[in-house]
Amino acid sequence: MSDVVVARSLDEAQEALASHPDATVLAGGTDLMVEINRGLRRPRHVVGVAQVPELRRWSVADNRVVVGAGVTYTEMMTTPLADAAPALAQAARTVGSPPIRNAGTLGGNLGTASPAGDTLPVLAALNAEIVVTGPDGERRMGLDDFVVGVKQTSLRPGELIVAAELDRPTGRQEFLKIGPRNAMVISMAGLALVADHDARTVRCALGAVAAGIPRAREAEAWVAERIDWDNGASVDDGVADEFGSRVAAASSPIDDHRSTAAYRRHAVAVLATRALKRAFAEGGADDA
Amino acid sequence: MPDPYSLRVNGVDCEVADSDLAESLLFVLRERLGLTGTKNACTEGECSSCAVLIDGVLTCSCLVLAATAAGQEITTVEGLGDGRDELSVVQEAFVHEGAVQCGFCTPGLIVAVHDLLEANPDPSDGDVREALSGNLCRCTGYGRILAAVHSAASTKRSQP
Repeated sequence: MSDVVVARSLDEAQEALASHPDATVLAGGTDLMVEINRGLRRPRHVVGVAQVPELRRWSVADNRVVVGAGVTYTEMMTTPLADAAPALAQAARTVGSPPIRNAGTLGGNLGTASPAGDTLPVLAALNAEIVVTGPDGERRMGLDDFVVGVKQTSLRPGELIVAAELDRPTGRQEFLKIGPRNAMVISMAGLALVADHDARTVRCALGAVAAGIPRAREAEAWVAERIDWDNGASVDDGVADEFGSRVAAASSPIDDHRSTAAYRRHAVAVLATRALKRAFAEGGADDA
Repeated sequence: MPDPYSLRVNGVDCEVADSDLAESLLFVLRERLGLTGTKNACTEGECSSCAVLIDGVLTCSCLVLAATAAGQEITTVEGLGDGRDELSVVQEAFVHEGAVQCGFCTPGLIVAVHDLLEANPDPSDGDVREALSGNLCRCTGYGRILAAVHSAASTKRSQP
């Protein structure tokens, strides 16, 4: 490692990346430092962005939530962001432990681009636009165009993740995840579900059960037609069960050291049924 | 060798010379500055035995690139007592409640409990379990640790 730049502003971070476009960006360190400590990675240039104030900002408007790349999991849970993007707060709550949540950031979760990144299904379900900046200016893209494979992004050399902009639909949001215990767990299967009562749609995205973060679009469309939107927006149990099976069909899990494909497919169906029932339980339309 | 940099640890400015820039804060605290209270176990954020406070925020020092902590206020377990030879209320409580067996996880727990009681002077069992969910102890079964936290909280609340 030949130099470490601690950027104190977005300009400083961009300048450092412009002079070393191959530099590795370091945010909370919860992924990168594990690899450095094990000797698996030894970047020549590091640009630390944890102290860039512009990246640590967030804002909430009537129909849009902007979360800076440097916002930590703790902040997602403890600021008004938790009310504006409840599924993001629920996902943040399942990450690691308090010290991990104090360090890890939304931008880091995006940059690592693991299929098990807990905020990623939430971003997909909230139609996130990922904002990046670099030598060629600002680019915006959906999560599908940002995460292009297992731990692979479409970031170009010298580019930096700035923020994610999220929808703020009128309906309940759920994030659910399966792992061996409540804390310190990397997801074996995860799911985010969002109800939008104005658009009369349901949006559902999956984590840790495919190479990317798939949306269960067929199941979304199917269930939207079976919700009685005019009368309290309720869902029959049979519909919820069938929804689970249809969501599981959108997964393409593998066997690995954390779980098996068969268990993950089963788990994601259970999570989908559970999330749908919670999102449309009594009062679901009223507190939207 | 890269240029030396300075870290502020327990209120003292410490120069870090002859170091490799890839070193974690945990490594620098122990091997460069001789502060061995902070323990090295998993080096991947799983156990919290290396917990410190950085600008008052509970952090796993193994996950901090040391050079990026320049200019921040770092507090280790050595910096928590009232004086060099005095134990803090939390440390006293751990001793009296028998919350220490092999002792390896203890410094990380002490730092985490200080952090918890700073924010929440009267934590419930659930609050304590949540706050310490990242601290692994393989000896005690956590029962005595829970008792020590409640005892420390009660002592602190009774102090003027």
